[in-house]
Amino acid sequence: MTALTQDTVALDAIDRLLVNDLQEGIPVCERPFAQAASRSGIDEDEVVTRIERLLEGGVLTRFGPLYNAERLGGALTLAALSAPEREFETIAETVNGFTEVAHNYRRDHDLNMWFVLAVETPERIAEVLNEIETATGCKVLDFPKIDEYYIGLKFHV
Amino acid sequence: MSEVQAFESYEAAAYQPDETDRRIIQATQKGLPLCLRPYHAVAEALNLDVEDVMARLKAMTEAGALRRIAALPNHYALGYGANAMTVWDIHDHMSDELGRRVAALDFVSHCYLRPRHPPQWPYNLFAMVHGREESEVREKMAEIADLLHSHLRSHDILLSTGILKKTGMRFT
Repeated sequence: MTALTQDTVALDAIDRLLVNDLQEGIPVCERPFAQAASRSGIDEDEVVTRIERLLEGGVLTRFGPLYNAERLGGALTLAALSAPEREFETIAETVNGFTEVAHNYRRDHDLNMWFVLAVETPERIAEVLNEIETATGCKVLDFPKIDEYYIGLKFHV
Repeated sequence: MSEVQAFESYEAAAYQPDETDRRIIQATQKGLPLCLRPYHAVAEALNLDVEDVMARLKAMTEAGALRRIAALPNHYALGYGANAMTVWDIHDHMSDELGRRVAALDFVSHCYLRPRHPPQWPYNLFAMVHGREESEVREKMAEIADLLHSHLRSHDILLSTGILKKTGMRFT
């Protein structure tokens, strides 16, 4: 399990500008870093170098296209189960063993394991959730989104 | 063992990726090559024409299949060490209006309407709240409670206490 405490990485003023700017996205064009470079007052090579450093330092988890699985014919859902504390680690391993499980979080609630499934066809959601019930012996609750109000870009630094 | 109830409300696909699209998605879903002309690098690696690669990325963007090409920050490294899923039971007829208002708060990163599972789970509105520490997250939850006020029946907070897995979407 990954601990939730982590040292905050030291960022200079240009890093901060870039982290904020690049969350909004780069265009699809010949030189996609040109705008970010001019806005932060450095050249494109330095933008690229700084992105590399921010990835290596763990400030960014990824840089690239953020695809929407649901619009590509796939489907997502949020699901939860209540794992007995004594078996928590084993059940987490079982759940994480499913390639369809993209994220899994421990939360302080009777429903203590919350995970996101990403699958290539909507029919797979029920199949995989049933497989997880069988493999863990835990009842799984499905929380597919009915509506989504906003996907935020809010980690301003 | 109970059958998992699957909901049939998934959106229809808005973009049918063909074989070339899938190759582009597979090659870029973990990240874009870091160089001055990243789309050229993708095209070269896949033996495709760069104009074709860019046209497909633009088409996917227009169809909503590609949200954006961007940096994904690690909020823990940025000092947002506390995150909580706040959950709310609000009146159904108010969910659109209230969902939008909660989503507009600057400390809410995601806001969704999801099904209830009564009696175990009475909540229908989910809002992810981020802060530097737990006390800040709890203050923000109180702000949401104020906003929902008379339309709120009950609520709860589920603090995240561990990341068990985080891989993101994988197209095979």
